[in-house]
Amino acid sequence: MATFPSSAKVVIIGAGIVGNSIAYHLAKLGWTDIVQIDKGPLPNPGGSTGHASNFIYLADHNKEMAELTLESARQYREWDVYTTCGGLEVARSETRLEELRRKVDSAKNWGINAYMVTPAEIKEMVPFINEEILVGGFFTPETGVCDSLQFGTLCREKAEAMGALQSFANTEVTAMGVEDGRIRSVTTTRGTIEAEYVIIACGVWAPLLAEMAGAHIPLTPVVHQMADYGPVPLFEKSSKAIEYPIVRDMDVLMYERQDGIGFEVGSYAHRSILHDPEEIPSIEEAKLSPTEMPFTQEDFDPQLEDALELFPEILGDEKVGQKYAINGLISLTPDGMPVLGETPEVKGLWSACAVWVKEGPAVGKSIAEWMTHGQPEIDCNQSDIARFHAHQKTRQHTKARADEAFPKTYGIVHPSEQYLSDRPVRKTPMYEWQKAHGAEFFEVAGWERAQWYGSNAPLVEKYGIQARPNEWDARWWSPIINAEHLAMRESAGLFDLSSFVIFDVVGAGALDTVQKVCVRQMDVAVGRVVYTPVLSVTGGFKSDLTVMRLAKDHFRVVTGAAHGMADMKWFADNAADHTSVIDLTTAYTTIGLWGPNARKIIQKLTRADMSNAAFKFGTCKTIEVGSQLALASRISYVGDLGWELYVPMEQGQRLWDELWEAGQEFGITACGIAVYVGTGRLEKGFRAYGTELDNDYNPVEADMLTPRLKAQDFIGRAALEQALGEERAAVCCTLTVDDHTSSRTGEKRYPLGRQPIVTPDGAPITDSKGRQSYANSAGMGPSLGKYLILSYLPPEHAVEGTKLAVQYFGDLYPVTVARVGSKPLFDPENDRVRGIEPAAAG
Amino acid sequence: MRVLVCVKRVPAVAGRLTLTEDERALDTKYVGFQVGPHEECAVEEAVRLVEAHGGEAVVLTLGPAEAVEQLREAMAIGAARAIHLVTDGGDWDAESTAGAIVDAIGEDEAANGPFDLVLVGNEAADSGGYQVGARIGRALGRPVVTGIKALSVADGTARCEQESGGGRDVYEVRTPAVVAVLEGINLPRYPSVPGRIRAKSKPVASSSPARPAQRLELRRLVVPVTEAKQAQVLGKGAAAAPAVVELLASVGVL
Repeated sequence: MATFPSSAKVVIIGAGIVGNSIAYHLAKLGWTDIVQIDKGPLPNPGGSTGHASNFIYLADHNKEMAELTLESARQYREWDVYTTCGGLEVARSETRLEELRRKVDSAKNWGINAYMVTPAEIKEMVPFINEEILVGGFFTPETGVCDSLQFGTLCREKAEAMGALQSFANTEVTAMGVEDGRIRSVTTTRGTIEAEYVIIACGVWAPLLAEMAGAHIPLTPVVHQMADYGPVPLFEKSSKAIEYPIVRDMDVLMYERQDGIGFEVGSYAHRSILHDPEEIPSIEEAKLSPTEMPFTQEDFDPQLEDALELFPEILGDEKVGQKYAINGLISLTPDGMPVLGETPEVKGLWSACAVWVKEGPAVGKSIAEWMTHGQPEIDCNQSDIARFHAHQKTRQHTKARADEAFPKTYGIVHPSEQYLSDRPVRKTPMYEWQKAHGAEFFEVAGWERAQWYGSNAPLVEKYGIQARPNEWDARWWSPIINAEHLAMRESAGLFDLSSFVIFDVVGAGALDTVQKVCVRQMDVAVGRVVYTPVLSVTGGFKSDLTVMRLAKDHFRVVTGAAHGMADMKWFADNAADHTSVIDLTTAYTTIGLWGPNARKIIQKLTRADMSNAAFKFGTCKTIEVGSQLALASRISYVGDLGWELYVPMEQGQRLWDELWEAGQEFGITACGIAVYVGTGRLEKGFRAYGTELDNDYNPVEADMLTPRLKAQDFIGRAALEQALGEERAAVCCTLTVDDHTSSRTGEKRYPLGRQPIVTPDGAPITDSKGRQSYANSAGMGPSLGKYLILSYLPPEHAVEGTKLAVQYFGDLYPVTVARVGSKPLFDPENDRVRGIEPAAAG
Repeated sequence: MRVLVCVKRVPAVAGRLTLTEDERALDTKYVGFQVGPHEECAVEEAVRLVEAHGGEAVVLTLGPAEAVEQLREAMAIGAARAIHLVTDGGDWDAESTAGAIVDAIGEDEAANGPFDLVLVGNEAADSGGYQVGARIGRALGRPVVTGIKALSVADGTARCEQESGGGRDVYEVRTPAVVAVLEGINLPRYPSVPGRIRAKSKPVASSSPARPAQRLELRRLVVPVTEAKQAQVLGKGAAAAPAVVELLASVGVL
């Protein structure tokens, strides 16, 4: 073996599917001097890859996961280590069958071939299944099984052949060297190696490695039980190792598949069995591999009867025995997404963790692109390690959420479903008030946010809001939301926006920094508020946020809770010299006051002139409001006249009380976040990061640009200029639902978002860049009396009046393109926001 | 035919052995549990005898509450019921163990008639004392044969084969008898799913015998020092052939 080098450009820790893929993709992108180490032997060093079942189910509700999986399958296929056998998900209950219909919707969103099948069709594909207990299923023909170890070996060989990689097995990391916040070296049992970049790609052990450097990779090892039964007489006649489709028995949370003459049974139905990373045995101590823990039969036994019921012919055979069984360790994270990207704590230290075999090759490619260009082709924003807020990095939080999520691995999870564990963590100043007013709390980034208020229930009758008849559509929803919305439009609404991530960019380089990061002109007068897209180098959305210029060298950035921490890292990463980025999230609470009477209410509490002339839209200033000095910012995300008021967190309740009191004579209504991010926003056609805005779309397509770009350079400019020069492949449109009646059940249905937008006869709509049209957001526009959908449509469909359809649980509902581009359906001239009296009738 | 098979719950170690802090037990934090390979074969042999002759195979263990897992394993293979002599997890020497088993045999035989055969593993996979079978036979006044690699029963006679040098010693003993079997007597089956499901509802009779004063006390365990293994790569592909030939010649197989 070659001598262990004393320095390298990149050190990759881990030789599982992820580490190997990164090595190859870095080499392919021209990186050299890469050293890969693993504490175990090659080709199977004993991590989670070694015991993976290796099947690749393509369909996923989540776009990012679906894209990573599709790209991974493509790579496995390209290297001929992929056996296409098809994948079935079967339903024993009508509830599950509905969920599978929804999964077909999702598959269609991301261009994955999937369709529903009958029990008889299932039997034809899997002759040894007991179809009598099934009500149906769905099938993805391109699902298959990969050889992840072979793929990894090929990765290393190719990278070695390019002269870019040296791999060292049986080499354990004992320490990491960090200086001035940057990784410098890795100390191993073979010696110390200096490195510019270090990538942690060692799955279940990653938290310990991160800790060595003072960083955090929040994941926890969790047991997934698998057992192998055989020999199966039927399979002895098979001409290939995998002849029959893989079956996921969704209702009982299990999967079964042929593996040669064996039959593999896996389960997510057992209790959550969590371990601590330091509890994982060493290679020497482990009987099998470190991540193949002793099987706990008593946890598995209860599931056997379910498996037997579905496969009596195989598992009922007395000669078919349980040959091999393990408690395999896999990684789970607080939110179920991978942990990718440069750690916010240590420059040059990257995480590539909590990745399954089905995403491994794509993650390898994405990390390599991210390190090379600053942006991966597949948008990995939901996996970005920078997304975590402080409390989310703790082991307690990670384990609580993993414990809660594990049983839902094959569960039917509503898009708005809330975690219940480890709450409350962050209470806004108005928390107790809200609780007393019957707030329904949803959690984002640890914040308890009032989604709506039970105390507003009487408004439902006042405004005649109808309940939604279908339980799924009505779950995590309330007619109170629409009522609060209408009350705001009629008079005024009071919003608690404490969860905003707020940070200041200050110093001599502050202007250069915000100019570089933001698309819009930031060299504005002090006191201006600018809403701006933030782009990646490839010209797609990295974020959208608001920047207040508070002084010459002082900018305050306000952004969303969910992705704000990543935004802060992006500003810090791109900060000019002599610039500081300072987190003020928990220093200030934000209270929003909007509605036609907002001015009258606030004017009661302030001597400041709040008139249009004195306090223009898009400006901010510090004014006296009641007992406080508040930074008031006149902007609106709900399309009405009003202000955001920033005061110190501990004074928030007092200001809230004063506004509440002042608003009583006008009938002020406390409004939940559902109005803020949902109905209010949708009526105005405002795009939101994470739904309409991601790296797959640019501001031209989102229709968020004035024709002329600022003179100064900014990140993504070149790509944006190119986009401006081209015919846009799609444009974000507002659609209205014409008829909510299900053709199947006759029930009124309300699509919740992320459903395919198709032609009236159900054909998918694909733009010239290969992107499918789907409902990025969907929800009621109460003031319009219409149900709204935002969706990107290619030019041939982006014509007002065009009839299309939305596919929801397999049914088609007619929709009409009501608006092409960003001009809102509600108050299209923005009279309300501009405070033009009398307020438009709406 | 009635066959009793005695098993012991032992740590399923394969890698490096780690001792507990007081050095009186193996650290089982990372390991599962199983019955030793001899006993696994004994269970299989008991089940086969009953399959051939009718009757019942009963599995017995003396061990902690968790040892019921090993009883269920045996019942998944085909044992009809189980007897669990529950301990608090402390170490029982061979004399005490055999004494408790003999008492349990007496009780069961009083109700159900004598066991034609009591099968034990040749030696326990952990303590390796080679004693319990002999002590049971001696206490019950029944013949004992050990190290058995083939077994058949006909007309009240057990024919037991023992490997001896290049050949075999064959013993014929009258039943009831005690037979200590060796791994390799058969190839144990894997438990089937129906077997496992049936095992869940098979009866386990539990009792907690008093632990007598031990004449043999475990003081301390020592892990023997093993030489570190060193792999040597002889070369890659065809280029490695001469070195392989040389090596094979040096060990005398070419």
